[in-house]
Amino acid sequence: MSDRIVVDPITRIEGHLRIEAKVENGVITNAFSSGTMFRGIEKILQGRDPRDAWYITQRFCGVCTTVHAIASIRAVENALDIHVPYNAELMRNIIMGSQCVQDHVIHFYHLHALDWVDITSALQADPAKTAQLQQSVSDWKYSSEDYFKSVKDKLTAFVNTGKLGPFANAYWGHSAYKLPPEANLMAAAHYLQALEIQKEIIKIHAVLGSKNPHPQTFLVGGMALPIDPNSQNALNADRIAMIKEYNNIAKEFVEKVYIPDVLAVAPFYLDWAGIGAGHKNYMSYGEYPETNKGYPNDMWIPSGIIMGGDLSNIMEVDQSKIAEDTAHSWYVDKDAKHPYEGATEKRYTGPKPPYQFLEVEKDYSYVKSPRYNGVPMEVGPLARVLVAYAKGHKEIKPVVDSVLAKLGAGPEALFSTLGRTAARAIETLVIVNRVDKWINDLTENVRAGDYTTHAGEKWEPVTWPKTAQGYGWHEAPRGALGHWIVIEDGKIKNYQAVVPSTWNAGPMDKGDIHGPYEQSLIGTPIADPNKPLEILRTIHSFDPCLACAVHLTDEKGIEITKVQVL
Amino acid sequence: MSLREVLRSCGVSRREFLQYCTAVSATLALPQTFAPQIAEALENEDGRPSVIWMEFQSCSGDSEAILRSGRPKIGEIVLDVLSVDYMEVIMAASGHLAEEAKEQAMEKNMGKYLLVIEGAIPVNDDGVYCCVAGDTAINHLKKAAAGAAAVIAVGNCASFGGIPAGHPNPTGAKGVQDIVSGKPVVNLPGCPCNADNITALVVHYLVFGDLPAVDRHLRPKFAYGKRIHDNCERRGHFDAGQYVDAWGDDAHKKGWCLYKMGCKGPETFHNCPTIRFNDGLSWPVMAGHGCVGCAEPGFMDTMAPFYGRLPNIPGFGVESQATKIGVKLAGAVAAVFAVHGILNMIRNKGMVKKVEAEHLDHDKTEEGGK
Repeated sequence: MSDRIVVDPITRIEGHLRIEAKVENGVITNAFSSGTMFRGIEKILQGRDPRDAWYITQRFCGVCTTVHAIASIRAVENALDIHVPYNAELMRNIIMGSQCVQDHVIHFYHLHALDWVDITSALQADPAKTAQLQQSVSDWKYSSEDYFKSVKDKLTAFVNTGKLGPFANAYWGHSAYKLPPEANLMAAAHYLQALEIQKEIIKIHAVLGSKNPHPQTFLVGGMALPIDPNSQNALNADRIAMIKEYNNIAKEFVEKVYIPDVLAVAPFYLDWAGIGAGHKNYMSYGEYPETNKGYPNDMWIPSGIIMGGDLSNIMEVDQSKIAEDTAHSWYVDKDAKHPYEGATEKRYTGPKPPYQFLEVEKDYSYVKSPRYNGVPMEVGPLARVLVAYAKGHKEIKPVVDSVLAKLGAGPEALFSTLGRTAARAIETLVIVNRVDKWINDLTENVRAGDYTTHAGEKWEPVTWPKTAQGYGWHEAPRGALGHWIVIEDGKIKNYQAVVPSTWNAGPMDKGDIHGPYEQSLIGTPIADPNKPLEILRTIHSFDPCLACAVHLTDEKGIEITKVQVL
Repeated sequence: MSLREVLRSCGVSRREFLQYCTAVSATLALPQTFAPQIAEALENEDGRPSVIWMEFQSCSGDSEAILRSGRPKIGEIVLDVLSVDYMEVIMAASGHLAEEAKEQAMEKNMGKYLLVIEGAIPVNDDGVYCCVAGDTAINHLKKAAAGAAAVIAVGNCASFGGIPAGHPNPTGAKGVQDIVSGKPVVNLPGCPCNADNITALVVHYLVFGDLPAVDRHLRPKFAYGKRIHDNCERRGHFDAGQYVDAWGDDAHKKGWCLYKMGCKGPETFHNCPTIRFNDGLSWPVMAGHGCVGCAEPGFMDTMAPFYGRLPNIPGFGVESQATKIGVKLAGAVAAVFAVHGILNMIRNKGMVKKVEAEHLDHDKTEEGGK
């Protein structure tokens, strides 16, 4: 028996993603990933002031807000050889780190949890036993029987209204849900707590950058928030205390709720440590410059490439080996090109809407297929954690070892759907602690009398060379992100971004080699083709961000000259 | 189940609830005495109104904004007050079951649901640049708007086309008001829009049983009735001629006016300075960066480059002239750029003129009302 399953829209992600899968005898035998929305922001960027690019590219995505702003200012700074003050690097680290922490918390509780947690089962839970369970996993403050009774009552009252709102029509009662009612009630309580906590964590961005989503504080050359301990209009002791407090809230939640939850839920789903591996090729660009040498020096999280799951051989990243394939994407040009030469004319050749199925043997996505040395790479928290682990990273390796020991598994278990989810939690824990260090480093530097936040000598375009080009990389929550820019006469001549979800969500390449989403779905068991919960589990484990992934356009095919690589 | 019962079961005290209502009345620019009326409207609401929230050419920034919503402990409750029957970012259902949930909600609440649209709608090439569940954004919007009580466009993209409509607008991105006819449309622009303005709008709808008064761009006057410049905490420095000249200079540290650094506050109508973001913590000017005008039609093209300086206009700081500066800004910026030889940065000159003309009209109306 063979079924063709379509899941569109994939919800609880950013953007518009469609998955089509072929299921035979209860197992996925082929899968196709399609991004179905296109804006053309790179085309819109051409001719604009490079100093505005961060603001515009930040709008690639409002979920992983900040990340494109960072990559963009780094690209312009790289092109113009601007060195950012140490304070600004530290402020950026704090913003990037807290983005990663908050994004991962939202992902786990609000985007991913409902793939593993059956909210309706929570209604059967015994509050006393739930309290015991909570107390056995951590000393988190909300752990009384009364508390869980109130949550259960709230959920019951909600369900009794008959209006389930965002919880309507889901795969509740599916046989793949394995948690006992008490674990489901505990998780449901944490879902609600995390809604409150995430908006507290991210107030770090409001203090340092005016608001979130989309902080308005980045500048080519530094940051817009000045530092002056004796001013109420600048970063002062009071505001530093505020960001420290918000990070403490994050830290407590991650340590006492997020990590214990992953460890409590994972044993029920250990079979998912053997599902969803994909190609086992991983890439990390490295992140968080920690010294006053600035980006890309002395990065705390290392860069590197793993091929075929071989942790004994970590290769360095050579950006000249990156190319974007468009063999199955809705573009005219079919040659794989390096981002510097990236030039693609959009051409929709899919079925006329409304349609039932895409023509997957031809072109079927607005997402391109980036390849490193011709092969697909998975990027994201798992890639970062594996590279760091293999390199014996001081902070990351012990946490990985401890998690693996608790689950009774070896490192190979990480090459999986469950591994992605575990790696994201591990990373959150180490980063939330590191944010604290960066806040302390910033405080120390200010105490030493350094108030500089912006390098202004190259602010005015008249100080720029006639042509300049460069690139900026960032390890965003969802993985390796790169922006490439060419500047001519003070304006953007060309702009290309190769983003994490492009690496992960891309369609097949010219050799019909699947992208990471697709490959990781193949072989997945599907209990009920009408309720393909298993597809959501693996796809959500990547934390898709499709507005990011589809961003390319260049209708005329701009020629890019050879660019100096730093 | 009434809101009062829901709140009680969630452990929200009467006092906390009234505090929330007071805050909402402030956002709505109502006297505080309206708080009890707001409380009554919310509590008497016989069941949560259905909300269908659809995303098209978006970045999900407005969805994320509503997730940051809330006076302490109440944001979640407000979400519970509504019946959010379709919202891709948070809903549990996927695929055809998600679409089914939407259709059921639309059918059940025909003529009564609030349709919230996030993101622009591409119209070029029959709309193939944004498809959900195999159909185009334009078809989804028309179908959903037909049965809605009203359509709320959140963010600049849904209001006016926003980011994807930036020159050369490769996909023909448009705002809701250009597609939907025969239904009341309210725009809540901003990039993203302020979550407090969404909740305030919904509360207004529940309290008064009608949509709020809007300006010529269909923006509620309670949130877009005043120029940022007129409510700016740095206005005193503008009037005193105290400007930031370089990022990080003494003036910047002291919190002087960001006008010369490209601030577009004088030509932007929004309540950012008074309600701020993230539980009222901050807003761009407070954090040292100028306004970029994200609540205005024609954003980004009429506002870019964001750091474009204004010339020193004699007589700055005189109240009666502040209005004129708003009028002149687009033209003045254009003149400066011409000097720098990058006039083509403002590509959509028609839009600049349109905005300029509308501001003139707006000012006349305002003055007439005094």
